[in-house]
Formats: sequence, structure tokens, C-alpha cells
Amino acid sequence: MIEWEMIAYHYNYYITIFLMVSGLYIVIARGNMIKKLIGLGLFQTSVYLLYLAPGKIIGGTAPIYDKAYQVYSNPLPHVLILTAIVVGVATLAVGLALVVRISEEYGSIDEDEIFEQDEDQ
Amino acid sequence: MYDATPETLLIASLVIPLIGALLIPLFHRHPNLRETVTLITAGLLASVVWSLYGPVMAGARPELVGPEIVPGLSIALKVEPLGMIYGLVASTLWIVNSIYSIGYMRGNNEPRQTSFYVCFAVAIASAIGIAFSANLITLFLAYEILTLSTYPLVTHKATDEARKSGRTYLMLLIGTSMVLLLPAIIITAAVAGTTDFTPGGILDGKLTPVLLSGLLALFVFGIGKAAVMPVHFWLPAAMVAPTPVSALLHAVAVVKAGVFTVVKVVVYIFGIDTLRQSGATDWFLWVASFTIIVASLIALRQDNLKKRLAYSTVSQLSYVVLGAAILTPLSLVGAAMHIAAHACAKITLFFAAGSIYTAAHKTEISELDGIGHKMPWTMSAFTIGALAMIGLPPTAGFLGKWFMLQGAAGSAQWLPIVVIVISTILNALYFLPIVHRAFFRGTATTSVDAGAVAAASVGAASVRDGEHHHHDDHGEAPFPIVLALCTTALMTLALFFFPEVPMNLANAMIQR
Amino acid sequence: MSGLQEHLPILQILVPLFGAILTAFTRRGITAWAIAAIASGIAPFISAGLLIRVLETGQPISYVMGSWAAPWGIEYRVDVLNAYVLLIISLIGLISIPYARKSVATEIDSHKQPWFYTMYLLCLAGLLGIVITGDAFNAFVFLEISSLATYTLIALGRNRRALLSAYQYLIMGTIGATFYIIGVGLLYVVTGTLNFADLATKLGPAMATHNKPILAAMAFMTVGISLKLALFPLHVWLPNAYAYAPSFATAFLAGTATKAAIYLLARIYFSVFAVVVPLKELPVSEVIIALSLAAMFLASITAIFEQNAKRMLAYSSVAQIGYITLGLALANKMGVAGGLVHMFNHAIMKTALFFALGAMAYRTGLGQMSSLAGIGRKMPITTAAFVVAGLGLIGVPGTAGFISKWYLAIGAINHGWTWLVFMIVLSSLLAVIYIGRFVEIAYFREPAPEIANAHEPPASMLAPLVILAAATIYLGFDTRLTGGTAQSIANYLLGGAP
Repeated sequence: MIEWEMIAYHYNYYITIFLMVSGLYIVIARGNMIKKLIGLGLFQTSVYLLYLAPGKIIGGTAPIYDKAYQVYSNPLPHVLILTAIVVGVATLAVGLALVVRISEEYGSIDEDEIFEQDEDQ
Repeated sequence: MYDATPETLLIASLVIPLIGALLIPLFHRHPNLRETVTLITAGLLASVVWSLYGPVMAGARPELVGPEIVPGLSIALKVEPLGMIYGLVASTLWIVNSIYSIGYMRGNNEPRQTSFYVCFAVAIASAIGIAFSANLITLFLAYEILTLSTYPLVTHKATDEARKSGRTYLMLLIGTSMVLLLPAIIITAAVAGTTDFTPGGILDGKLTPVLLSGLLALFVFGIGKAAVMPVHFWLPAAMVAPTPVSALLHAVAVVKAGVFTVVKVVVYIFGIDTLRQSGATDWFLWVASFTIIVASLIALRQDNLKKRLAYSTVSQLSYVVLGAAILTPLSLVGAAMHIAAHACAKITLFFAAGSIYTAAHKTEISELDGIGHKMPWTMSAFTIGALAMIGLPPTAGFLGKWFMLQGAAGSAQWLPIVVIVISTILNALYFLPIVHRAFFRGTATTSVDAGAVAAASVGAASVRDGEHHHHDDHGEAPFPIVLALCTTALMTLALFFFPEVPMNLANAMIQR
Repeated sequence: MSGLQEHLPILQILVPLFGAILTAFTRRGITAWAIAAIASGIAPFISAGLLIRVLETGQPISYVMGSWAAPWGIEYRVDVLNAYVLLIISLIGLISIPYARKSVATEIDSHKQPWFYTMYLLCLAGLLGIVITGDAFNAFVFLEISSLATYTLIALGRNRRALLSAYQYLIMGTIGATFYIIGVGLLYVVTGTLNFADLATKLGPAMATHNKPILAAMAFMTVGISLKLALFPLHVWLPNAYAYAPSFATAFLAGTATKAAIYLLARIYFSVFAVVVPLKELPVSEVIIALSLAAMFLASITAIFEQNAKRMLAYSSVAQIGYITLGLALANKMGVAGGLVHMFNHAIMKTALFFALGAMAYRTGLGQMSSLAGIGRKMPITTAAFVVAGLGLIGVPGTAGFISKWYLAIGAINHGWTWLVFMIVLSSLLAVIYIGRFVEIAYFREPAPEIANAHEPPASMLAPLVILAAATIYLGFDTRLTGGTAQSIANYLLGGAP
């Protein structure tokens, strides 16, 4: 028997897990270094969702400190994920910069080709 | 020196050789000064160690406790009678050996003499450290430094053969000490809460007989320097070193450090009563006996003089182990006596081997026909050493065996008696032919050996000229060498007639 | 003065952080180096001040950011454990900085040097931040700061393979950090807090209702941090990264980077999970012990057959990390103390070893073992320092490494696993082989023509090396700083349990 209610309440987690696993798969399975970085980005993005989704309360407002608004969503995850996004962007930037340098040195961004070049030496 | 307290003397005995090691390189460019430093250091050290003898016999046990390095365990020194014997032997023979070294190293134009003397001084300092250590940690520390400081000496020639032997040396000594001895020490510390050398032992009633026996095995085989079979391979390998190294270190300091440690562990860690009551140590006796016999059999087959002496050492070391394994007070006195006796005798034999190498460039026994006529001093000293090895009076070798036999007979253990008798015969079989060859066979007319390329051209010319020339017509070795080997030969004899010092100390050891 | 003392925890981070900003504006390597030197020079005094205060009072120091009280705002919380690790990291920073000048000047293009020092200071700030913060998410941010700086440092190596190594490390490191943050997220969902101390109190009640997410969080965090600390078999990024990074970067990272990650592991286990999760029912400790043993043996064996000297030491690092995690996994007083002692000792010894190789590379430009034949005669002091530190790695008595191994062995016996003692000493024997191999090459072979002109490095490089080699010996005799502190940390972490 399928617990539809449970699935409905947790669908955000299923999306998170899907993103996480597909991101990780791309990192592992692809030889192209740019694609790997894309996979890594996807993997990190899934974490943002993991944090943000539980913070949202249905019917809640933004956290405004006023008697008129009794129910509000937790602001902390947003703050955290803002930081995490910055970290993610920085990582991607460093990663891409490395790929540019690798491409300059090796003339390729495919891992297999690059490893072959180094073995020849 | 007179108003120095025993504690000051104790610390001085460690510091003096280390200062020597620091000073020697300063005189790198002045060999004569450098050797003077070595001799002064050796002389000072021996006088310091000797001046500890009086206080120790008077019952003093000077003690120094250093920093606590792991919980409950400190670096600590303490002088007790057994350590005193070993300390006296090592420090006294260092003087003689230094004189010999000067003759040998110069006579053979050895390279890197400065580092040779530095390593030697460090090795002696660690030997003294072993002698006067108050607990297993300190002993282990000095034990490992001794191994490491002698490694450059063993590999001194820097040839491929030296490198290979160095590997064997290091891997066997470091290997056994790390893999067996260190766990044994750690387990002892964990079980007894201390590793202090205590009369009567520290393990009484703390382990079952089987575990006790296992721990003893870890110690006996872990102390690779005692060269109990099968962990003896490093000793023949170490013979690649220059002869003074083989003489003092691999006949005295290093190997005696091994058997000394075995005796010390048996007496002060296990306690002979504890071991005897456990009744699970028969294998100990068998291992020692096996080593004595088999090493003698191997020695019989060696033609290289130093190799034969090395296997003889393996065999003789196990006498000391046997003395410990018999587990009676008298046999322990025998073991302690044998440490001193074998030291004097074996160093004489090695000195003689080095003397022959320096003067005649000969290393094989088969080349020694008639050499006694050309090198009478050397070969007479050799004969005295050989008699001591066999254990005949009037040499010191007799005493150790005598006490061991008494101990064994007193406790009705027949195996050691049989072993000692057989091995005495074997000793005679592999030493007397050398003496016979040297004195009672005519001069060999073998061709020039490869070891003396320089001498060869002179030698070839001199054959035509007749006598009084090089190589086959060599004389005695340089004077320092002859002086050194005669001194040790005399000491071998003197120990038989005046055995008081080691005797008193050995008796003090077994009294509680 | 007392006001300044109040702010020590934040200053620990701010000093290198501001240094990093300043160096970014400099144009010349020497200016940047001077700034880095000042920042690195101040850091250990702050750490020492914190450690002394924590040891004296016996109470953790709490520092709250921006007046937001602890569970909501970010708290810096200094207890004996992190004060000790702070000291390790900042001391290695201090000792490395004189060495950096000449080494960096030859290995890094002059226009990149200021950036190099920026990255170094960011890395230092990040590592110190991981250790000082009491907030799980903040630790992640610092982890990424230090990691990003590290990727850059490694990529600046002269060989083009450095780029590849940096890229691979970036991929693995990011996965590791993300795993960690997933774990933190799960804990946050369950408890609503990110503060380590607060987590420890709130996880207990939460265990009753949400034990599965908590266990999942533990698994994610363990794997994530293990990637960063290079626990076998998650170490594959490390050998290449260490081998191709600039000499100075390798030496600094080998002493510090993995230590900060190990700290984080110790923190989440002993301060957070051990309090609430019935660890005894899970084979966590057994698994980590098994992996540590695998590291100690397999990585050491790999090191024996390695031809590149730096990579040999890198594999040795993997093995030595195994000792540290082994000690922590034993989870008894002596074992944990042993792991902590070895953190300090290994930092000292491995930095010294990499310094020595760096000095040889500085004079010869070579890094293959065989090409360094006879180097012992050309650079006697450098090689001798290498041997001393190598003896420490082996664990010869009289060196720091012996103390580590003694603690670990007693820890193993107290755990009831005497056989582990033999494993520990057997693996030490493997170190004899790989260090011995280098010694044989350095001393017994004739010097090759390529190194004919090699001689001792400049004093600024030689002095740090000799000091570290001397420290290897000194710490083998005076163990108050290492052993003494480690024991009080172990007491503190294990709550007085035997």
C-alpha cells in the first residue's frame, strides 16, 4: 500500500535526492571537466533545497517582527544558504579557472586524453 | 674526582663520551689532536666508571630521574652491580680499542676517520646508558641509539656489500626491537604499571605461566643483540665493518648489551624465582643450547677468520643466555663472569684478526700457515684468546663455565651440562687448528691476494730479493695494534687470577 | 589589555584574514611576505594565550558574534581541544614563514607572489576558523575558505600536473564538504540548531523520535570529513596534490590541513554524537580502526615503492593519519591522547621532512629519489635533519614519534586488543624501509653530476628545518606540552571515563 500522504508531504526531499544523485553521477561518469563541474554545481544546489524547504511554513510570511504576523517562515536557512551559494559560486569559479589553465597546458579538457598525455612523458 | 658524589659520576659517565663526540669533529683537520681527544675521553670515562665501583660495592645505588616521558614512566638512571660489570668492561676496553683503532685506521688508510670516531663515542655513550638504565624505557632508548650509531660504522666502507650488510644489520636489530621488544616493554608497563628494574622482579603473580613464557619469548627474541638463533644473522653481516668496530662493538659493546639486557630482564623484571615457579621456560634453555651448538658447527665451516669469530661470538653469547636460563644464582654469577671474560678474550681475537689484515692483508684461515713465526705477539695473544674461548684455565673463560656447570649440577639440570661439554669440544675443534696452522706449518707459498694491490708490486719485486720485505715477508703489525692486543690478552689471563671485581659485583647482583 | 584579551578568539581569525586582504593590494612579493610574516607571527601567541587561559580556568571560552546569543548567533567556543589544535596550526604557520621567502621566490613567478601569500593567509585563516568556531555551518564556510585557497596554492606548482591535481582535489574536496553540509542540514532539520554544544543537548531528546535522520547525518558527516582528512580509502587526492604543489605549500599543508579536518571529526564525535548516539551499538569505532589499519599498512607499502620523494612522504602522511584516527577510534583515554599527541608530533615531523625535500629541490630542482643520489654529502645538515625527522616518523625512542606510539599502544591494550600493539609496531617497521631507502640513496651512492654544485640552503630555509628536527628530539623527552595537554583533553572529551 502506497502512503500517498507521506509522499505528498515529503516531495521536496525526493526532488532533493534526485538532484543530489544525478549531480554526483555526472561528476563520476563524465570525462569532460566542464561537465563534471556542472554536475558538482547540481549536487551543491540540491543541498540548498534540503535546507530551504523545511524552513518554509505554509501560510507563513516573511519574518516581520510585528503582532500582526504570528506565523512566519524560519529566516535562518535563507541566511545560511545565501552563504552556501556564495561558496558554491566561488568553488565553480576556481574550478573553471583551473579548467582554463588545464586547457592551455594540455590543449584538452577531457580527462582520459589528458592522462594519456602525461603517461607519454 | 674524589669529592664527586656518585650521582655526579653517574651523569658524568654519560656526558663525557657525548662531549667527546662533539669535540672530535672540531679537530677534523688535526688527526693527532683528534685522536688525543678520543684517548682522553676514553681515559676519563674509564676512571669515572671505575670510581663508581667503590660506592656500589659499599651498597650505594646512585640514581637519577629525568623527565617523565609517558604517564608513569621516566627516563632514569641507576647503577646496580650487573650494570657495573658491563659498564666497566665497555669503558675499560674502549681505551685499549682506541689505541688499536689509531693503529688500524691509519695503517689501512681508512676514509672518513672523523665520523668513525664520533660514531664510536656515541656508541659508547649509549652502551653506558644501557648499563646504567634504571628502567626498560631508558634501556630501550639507549639500545636503539646504539643500533643507529653503529649503523654508519658497519657501513663505513660504503661499498655495495657494506650497504647490503647494513640493511641486514638495521632491519634485524631495529626490526626485532620494534616488533618484539617494544611490545614486550609496553605490555610489561601495562601489566605491572612500571618498568623499573627491581630486585626480585615486578611480574610476580601478575601473569599466568603461559603468558609469562610468551612475554619472555618476546624479550629473548626481541633483544636481537643477544643473537639468539634465529635472530643472529646481523652479527656475521656486521663483520664487513673495520676490525676495531667488530672488536669493541660486535664482540663487546653491542652484543654484550644484548645478553646483558637478557640477564637484566630475567633477574630484575621477571625475577628468577617467578620464572622457576612458572615452570614454562624449558624452551628458553633449549633455544640457548641450540644456538650454542649450531653456531659452533657453522663456525667450524667458516674459512674467513672474522666470520668464524663472529659465529663463535653467537655461540658464546648464548652461554650467557644459558646462564640466565638455568635460573639459579650460581649460574647467574657464571653468566655475569662470562660477560667480562668473553669480552676480554674475544676482543683479543678480533684484534689479532685485524693485526693480520693490517700487516699481511690476509682474511682467510687457509692463508695463515706459519704466520705465527712472523707475528709471534699477535699469534700468542690469539692463542690465549682461543684458550679462553674453549674455557681452559688459566684463562678467564674457565670461570664462567665453571659457575654455570655448578649451577646446573646443583639444580640437577643435565641438558646444560651436556651442552657445555659438547660445545667445549667444538670450540677446541675450530680454534686449535688455527693455532696449529700458525705455529706448526710451514710458510704458505700462495699467490698474492687481491686485497693488497699496492703491496703486490713491491711484493713481486721482493720475492727475488729474498727476505725482509713486504707482504709475504711482513713482520708484526704497527705498534699500537700489538700493544692493544697484548694488553687484552694479559687482561684475559689476569681475570682468571684476580677475578675479584666482576666476582664481587656478580655476588652483589644475586643478593637481595 | 584585558579588553584585548576578551577578543582573542576573534583576533585569531581576523589577523590572518586582514593580512590576506592587505597582501591582495601589494605588488611585490617581499611586501606580501612581510605582511604574511607579521600575521603568522602573531597567530601562535593568540593560540598560546587561549590555551593557557583554558588550561588555567578549565572552562571553555565563549565568544559571541554580533551580540547574537549562542544558539542563534555564531559562537566561537574555545576549549582545550581546539586551543591545542589552534596552537599546532599557528605554530606550523610561524615556523614555515621564514622558509617561505626564498622557496616561494624561486618557485612562483614574481607577479604571482603577492597572490600566493594571500592564498596562504586565507588558508591559514580558514583552518584556524574551522577549529575555533562552535557552529557547524560556520565550520563549513571556513572549510571551504581554506579549501579554495588550498586548491589555488596547489595549482601554482611548476609542473603542469599540479593543475590536474588541484582540479581533482577540488572535485573530491567539494564533494566532501557537501557531504558534511548535508549531514549538518539533516541535524538542523531535526533539532533546529547548528551550535555544537546546543546540538549535543538537543540531539538526546530528538533521538527518540528521529533516530534515522540523525544516523544518516552521522554517516554523511563522517564520510565528508574523512574525504577532507584523507582517511583511507578516501585519500586518493592527497598524494598528487602534495607531490606537485610548491614546496612551501606542501610543507605547510601537510602539517596543518588534515589536522583541522581531524579536529572536526573528533569534535562531532566526542562533543556531539558520543553524547547521544549509542555508539557502542554501532561498529563505527571498529570500522574506523579497520580503515586506519589499512591506511597504516597499504599506504606505507605504497610509499616503499614510490619513486618521487614528495609523493613517498605524501603516502606516508596517509599512513600517519591512520595512527591518529586509530587513536581517536579507540575512544579511551590513552588512545585519544595518543591520537592527539600524534597530531602535534606528525605536524612537526612531516613539515620538517617536506622542508628538507623543499631545500633539496631549491638547490637542485630535483624531486625523484634516484636523482638525489649522494645528496647527503652535498647537503649534510639538510639530509641529517631529514634523517632525524624520519627517525621520528619510525617512532625510534628519543623522538616525538615514540611518544605517540607508546600512548597508542597502551590505548590498544586498555581497549583489550593487545594484537593492535603488534600492528602498530609492524607498520612502524614499514617506515624504516621507506626512510631507510632514502638514507641509502642519499649517503651510499656517488653524487650525480646534476647535483655537483648543490650545497646547504640559505639560513632562512635551514633554520626552520633544524628547529623542527630539534623539536622532534625535544618532544621525545619533554612531553608536558604534547602528552600532558593531550591527556587533559582526553579526560575532558571522555567525561572522566577511564
